[in-house]
Amino acid sequence: MIVTVNGEQRQLAAGATVATLVASLDVAPEARGIAIALNGEVVRRGSWQHTELLDGARVEVVSAVQGG
Amino acid sequence: MTEPLRIADRELHSRLILGTGGFDNHEVLGAALLASGTELCTVALRRLDPAARGSILDVLTDAGVAVLPNTAGCFTARDAVITAQLAREAFETDWIKLEVIGDDRTLLPDAVELVAAAEELVADGFVVLPYTTDDPILARRLEDVGCAAVMPLGSPIGSGMGIRNPYNISIMIERAGVPVILDAGVGTASDAAIALELGCDAVLCASAISRAHDPVAMAHAIRLGVEAGLHARGAGRIPRRRYAEASTPEEGMPVFDAPGPRP
Repeated sequence: MIVTVNGEQRQLAAGATVATLVASLDVAPEARGIAIALNGEVVRRGSWQHTELLDGARVEVVSAVQGG
Repeated sequence: MTEPLRIADRELHSRLILGTGGFDNHEVLGAALLASGTELCTVALRRLDPAARGSILDVLTDAGVAVLPNTAGCFTARDAVITAQLAREAFETDWIKLEVIGDDRTLLPDAVELVAAAEELVADGFVVLPYTTDDPILARRLEDVGCAAVMPLGSPIGSGMGIRNPYNISIMIERAGVPVILDAGVGTASDAAIALELGCDAVLCASAISRAHDPVAMAHAIRLGVEAGLHARGAGRIPRRRYAEASTPEEGMPVFDAPGPRP
């Protein structure tokens, strides 16, 4: 299936969850300072493991930057 | 010793809040944090950059500074609310510096979207610190919906123009029941001093420090400006007057105009 992550399309295996996606990104395992929105809604960290991604899902993965 | 500033459940001993935007690198930022004496710093959220090296969160943790996430770059209440919720997840804090701007040339707040976002975030349990215009009525509306402080601009973000309407800021301070934090416009230490002299509870400063020729030296200077302003405010300034008022007594002045006999 195809999932859009931060504006770029990615091929993920069927049944992939938010946690699977985060694990596939090049970030530290504890993923400190990272948050996820799926189709415009925040997915709380405790739900990453059991939130399945569907074909066509739009995911935003954000982290801290300097600002303000 | 001056009283600490209380915002919601937090006490701040430093009246200077730093924005982390614009620093060339984490080393300069870390040194500026220490020089500023700040206890609270803003950070923003952007798409994950896998190429980024080192997290700004580590810099703040090392400096012992708390994180104040912002919603910089949001143009609508909806985007600001989602960004705040993401920030709560990312930083494990329910504090949010709420920015909803109306235009990317002026970066001025969009009052209508701002109040809508503030109301929704307060209902969702956030401690909301909104970046607002220098309009005392808008500040009252933000306080009415439950904001923990109001953060009026002195002049546009990054403009370094200081406080363009000190009278409005004064009115806001007189009438506010929550802390007033001057946000945006500080260009140098004297601007920060004026903000505190007017009665602002704190100053948030980013570009004036991060874009100064020597950011660490400017962080120290603005810290002193804030402290000077706070002390001067407490000391009570003399009223302004149009004519002079002599500080030396006239009484006892010797008289030289009477010619006397000479030997």
